[in-house]
Amino acid sequence: MSTVVDGVGKAIGRADDRAPISSLLKDNLRKVFPDHWSFMLGEIALYSFIILLLTGVYLTIWYQPSMQEVVYHGSYQPLVGIPMSEAYNSALHISFDVRGGLLIRQIHHWAALFFMAAMVVHMFRIFFTGAFRKPREFNWVIGGSMILIGLLEGFAGYSLPDDLLSGVGVRIVAGIIESIPVVGTYLLFFLFGGQYPGHDFIPRLYTFHVLLVPGILLASVGLHLVLIFYHKHTQYPGPGRTNDNVVGFPLFPVYTAKAGGFFFIVFGVTVLMAAFVTINPIWAYGPYVPDQVTAGSQPDWYIGFVDGALRAFPNWESENFLGHTWSWNILIPCVLMPGILVALLLSYPFLEAWITGDTREHHLLDRPRNAATRTALGAMAITFYGILVINGANDIVAQAFNLSINQLTWFTRIGVFVFPPLVFIATRRFCLGLQRRDRDLLMHGRESGQILRLPHGEFIEIHTPISDDEKAVILAKRDIAPIEAPPATDENGIATPGLRAKKWRAKLSNAYFGENVKRPTLAEIEAAEHHHHDEVAHEIDVLHEAGAPIPSELTD
Amino acid sequence: MSNDHKTDIATTGIVEGDIVEFPLPPHHHRLTDTDPRAARRAERQVSTMFILSGLCIIAFIAAYIAIPETSYLNLGPAGTIQTSNFMLGLTFGLATLLIGIAAIHWAKKLMSDEEIVDYRHPVGSPQEDRDAAKAAFDAGVAESGFVERKMVRRTLLGALALFPLPLIVLLKDMGPLPGDSLRHTIWRKGSRIVIDVTGQPLRPEDMQVGSLVSASPADLKAIQEADGDQNARAKASIILVRMKPSDIVSEQGEGWSWNGILAFSKICTHVGCPIALYQQRTHHLLCPCHQSTFDLADSGKVVFGPAARAMPQLPITVDSEGFLVAQSDFQQPVGPSFWERA
Repeated sequence: MSTVVDGVGKAIGRADDRAPISSLLKDNLRKVFPDHWSFMLGEIALYSFIILLLTGVYLTIWYQPSMQEVVYHGSYQPLVGIPMSEAYNSALHISFDVRGGLLIRQIHHWAALFFMAAMVVHMFRIFFTGAFRKPREFNWVIGGSMILIGLLEGFAGYSLPDDLLSGVGVRIVAGIIESIPVVGTYLLFFLFGGQYPGHDFIPRLYTFHVLLVPGILLASVGLHLVLIFYHKHTQYPGPGRTNDNVVGFPLFPVYTAKAGGFFFIVFGVTVLMAAFVTINPIWAYGPYVPDQVTAGSQPDWYIGFVDGALRAFPNWESENFLGHTWSWNILIPCVLMPGILVALLLSYPFLEAWITGDTREHHLLDRPRNAATRTALGAMAITFYGILVINGANDIVAQAFNLSINQLTWFTRIGVFVFPPLVFIATRRFCLGLQRRDRDLLMHGRESGQILRLPHGEFIEIHTPISDDEKAVILAKRDIAPIEAPPATDENGIATPGLRAKKWRAKLSNAYFGENVKRPTLAEIEAAEHHHHDEVAHEIDVLHEAGAPIPSELTD
Repeated sequence: MSNDHKTDIATTGIVEGDIVEFPLPPHHHRLTDTDPRAARRAERQVSTMFILSGLCIIAFIAAYIAIPETSYLNLGPAGTIQTSNFMLGLTFGLATLLIGIAAIHWAKKLMSDEEIVDYRHPVGSPQEDRDAAKAAFDAGVAESGFVERKMVRRTLLGALALFPLPLIVLLKDMGPLPGDSLRHTIWRKGSRIVIDVTGQPLRPEDMQVGSLVSASPADLKAIQEADGDQNARAKASIILVRMKPSDIVSEQGEGWSWNGILAFSKICTHVGCPIALYQQRTHHLLCPCHQSTFDLADSGKVVFGPAARAMPQLPITVDSEGFLVAQSDFQQPVGPSFWERA
């Protein structure tokens, strides 16, 4: 044994006298994790978060969270002599006068975009495979909340340099806050320390960005991981994989190397992006001045759906309704719509469990096709979201494709209601079709494409049975029957309590499962196999009688 | 074939199909498992990547020392890039990436790739633990007297309900109350209108038909310096446009323009972006943020987009020295709507 390994062993021994490390290691060092590329999406989010913490600390060394006006004297010539906030001045200093400062800034910004994107795509994976089902509902809520918190954190960080682009973003948020009924104006004055823009907002945002939110995120990440560890990872169906086991590789050494190595890969790719691809060139925008604006202003992508909704929403406002001004044109797209979206997102596992009546523990993942309605709902939500994101860049899209911005806005206004239901229907039919195909594969095997002409002139296509690996995947499907509505009264004539809710639940359950294609029972599969055997035997007989050669596909 | 475990099955709705379990497929050995030479080759590959990573770190330090911040690299059509950013990122990124690739290559080629099976246990605590926990809790509740001693319980809840109030009250001084500050700007009767960039006062003849000028009140700079913030500017900025008087369809007040020169707030009535995209032929003003479009020839009314209200017009005239001045402050609050605006 090498001295390094010996040393580690001795250190653990000494530490164990003080805390029961060995007991912890004994249970967990060889903990099994399953392998699949889609399980790495959450890892990308985790690693991006670590990169954000690391680079963020560097940025705090030089960044000055102050709106005090100073005159720039740094080495970026075009801005020399221009008055600006200390915040913007220090962001320029980091970019041009701290060696490697620009690199750290760009790593931080790229990592923030990756963090948000990885979380969102990870959520899609969890959603479409049903990984949020019991016992993991709480982890879904934690994860969903992290996306929301990450969005606020990203916006705060984006605003800190106090450049012209991000300053306009803050101006828009101030306008949104003003639209909130009853408390909006007061909220604005409290947050900004008076009228917009004041001189308190950047320092306050800084504390929010580097202390409060990272603390909450760190605690959430910790809890998220502890629960993953405790529940053991879900796995995809396949041979040897059941709801009661987990098949894969041990944490030590395989995942220590793979997941540890993947951290370095994510970090390395982020650094190379920061080296080669400029992001948020704040020096090109100039300092924030409240009466200037850049054309083609875009928020970071994760804010896009709110901005897209704000751009598309019709100009409804009640200038004086009950003695007050109601800005529906801002309130609905920027407060109500995201609020409803987040509420639906966080409550989805509970809604689905209520509709399906399924209270079992699930550790084996669903194939998206087998949960046709869920998959269709997800595709519908993504369509809705996607249209809004694109509309958040409608000026850029209009310019790039030479379209009228007015027509594009109208397209969004109508499309955001028309396309999601269409996508829902199409996705659901698509999933049901795949379910039917799975059933056919089990019952009749795969069409080989080889056509055989029998001596009496009949044409048959040879079907080859699917492999056991494929069968294992398809047979993992569990059918759930829709819930039936209870009778209005029981046998003693007493009205069923909560009848209306139960009827609704039955209706939703029927809509959810109604058209699902039943997985064939083993008896049905056996019968089909017998039939197939008989058919083949018959074909061989016919060929034999005619004295024709027997193709090997039939005898295999 | 075996039964699915049925520890936690709902009484409604579940149809348990026949469960079929297929065994794990047989394990196939890799080349590195069977051929020692292949294994040694993989070992060399991993080590080479670790060595290259170390070399990249040395190159990083060399680049840090050697390349000044002010040096730029021309990458042709890809643009110009800070040399130090490029070199530091390249060396550090490669060093990091190589460690990652090497570790994964090691895991894939040399560590055991035989899948192992771990068994799950029901996630919840066993029933006896639940019972014991409940018993412990009940004992605690009984000993505390929380249930019987109603007065203690109610006063405790009351005290705890009030307790957070100071934390909220203390936030009061985060900012002043709005008062009527959103209703006024620093424009006064006779405030001179100056060009925003140069601070030069404007005469009507300085503006041609079709032109647009960003402007502000002459005393803005002094007020801004006295206040130490940009609050005054955020509300007082205006745009001046000049059109043929015959093109003006309507105005927000009679006599508010001067020979075809109109002044409007620059702050969008939607969510407050400054606007200066002007199409002189149609007299349309377009907000670059959310594309609200206003017709300045027709009282600044909204012709497209999410904004609900017309851009507020500033009444202007010319003073005795021939300079453009404001007749008064804006007659309505500028910028986005707010609850108390009505």
